[in-house]
Amino acid sequence: MMNANTRIAVITIIGAFMLSMMPLPDWAQDFRPDWVTLVLIYWTMALPASIGVTIAWCAGLMLDVSHGALLGQHALGLMLVIYIIHVQHQRLRVASLVQQAILILFLLLMKQAIVLWVSGIMGHAPDSWLYFMPSLSSALLWPWVYIILRDLRRKFALKTHY
Amino acid sequence: MQTLFLQGPSVTLRALTLVIASIGLMTLDHRWGQMENVRNAMSSVLYPLQYTIDLPIRLYHWADETLSTHQTLLENNRRLEDLYLENRVRLQKLDILEKENLRLRELLRATPKVAEEVLIAEIINVDVDPYRQLIIINKGSDDKVYISQPIIEAQGVIGQTVHVSSTSSTVMLITDASHAIPVQIDRTGLRAVAFGTGKIDQLDLRHIPHNADIRKGDTLITSGLGGRFPANYPVAVITHIERSPDEAFVTVTAEPLALLDRSREVLLVWHNQPQTTQDIDDER
Repeated sequence: MMNANTRIAVITIIGAFMLSMMPLPDWAQDFRPDWVTLVLIYWTMALPASIGVTIAWCAGLMLDVSHGALLGQHALGLMLVIYIIHVQHQRLRVASLVQQAILILFLLLMKQAIVLWVSGIMGHAPDSWLYFMPSLSSALLWPWVYIILRDLRRKFALKTHY
Repeated sequence: MQTLFLQGPSVTLRALTLVIASIGLMTLDHRWGQMENVRNAMSSVLYPLQYTIDLPIRLYHWADETLSTHQTLLENNRRLEDLYLENRVRLQKLDILEKENLRLRELLRATPKVAEEVLIAEIINVDVDPYRQLIIINKGSDDKVYISQPIIEAQGVIGQTVHVSSTSSTVMLITDASHAIPVQIDRTGLRAVAFGTGKIDQLDLRHIPHNADIRKGDTLITSGLGGRFPANYPVAVITHIERSPDEAFVTVTAEPLALLDRSREVLLVWHNQPQTTQDIDDER
């Protein structure tokens, strides 16, 4: 049931998880891009038939575990982002990279706001505006993520409808 | 097979179900803490990834040890031997004092002191969340680690475990914004609670009255109240006191003694069994 496309998607998602846990110097920690979300957004656009909200939700749960957060916190935010991408994927595919990046900026801000909201209810919300920096750095990195993943996909598994 | 209309109502329906599932999960996790098993299973999946990330750093330390010169090793060895001798001498005195203390306690029929057991764990070098003070260590329930077990290092208390899976545990540092530790000032015995601030080098002491005898430079030790942390371990040193007349309490900040962001090895402490003089004799 797992074709070459899904396999390469799973491998890149695992890679994104590793990047999201990689130790960074203190000054860079505030700017760490949201790798897992970026990679999932790409695969939802490329393979909406196999990568969608359910996989995003499971990946979000893993993020919760790796962040020591409440179970469901990142899962909810990530799943909603992927839902919007999934519904709009045909429109998104024809948009330019810059337009995609702008949409992704707003979607990631929404995701972070959801996570922040839950942390706030729990009583340990961060009080710095730097908290929203990952959305910006992720949006700025989007064109490169897109191109790298597209080339990977074309190299290893050609059969898509994109 | 590829269908033409992917975004039917089923996606929306699935998304809605997952929203409800997320809210349900968060409630279960927060209110009743019943999701530990699920979390543990998922940590076991993440552990290989975390281990792989940590591997280069581990390799570096290994290479550093293996490739160090004979001369350095000799020097190290000599230094450690000196230190060992010095500590032995101090311990002799401490042994006698400890026994005397226990005898006196028995005479007074006071509650027996608790024995403590320790195990060394290594910190796995992965980033968790820049806005939480959490670390991952490489010991878990396989080594009898339990939830809210105290973690210390050579300089003082580090924190307590919050999630335990079979091979790794998540430790909340004492500086996490949702952490608080009961302490007392070793000079006066004044008890207080030290709250984490979310900054790695700062703890806040709240509800200290204006007339309390408290000075800059006082050392805070664990008071053992609450039963989570064993008593008399150093926690922090007071760095700043502000007595402003329009505030109900004094503003006191302290700096943790443990090297929270630099240590590589930590100690897990078990402190539940009461101890007798016999136990101390057996230990020697």
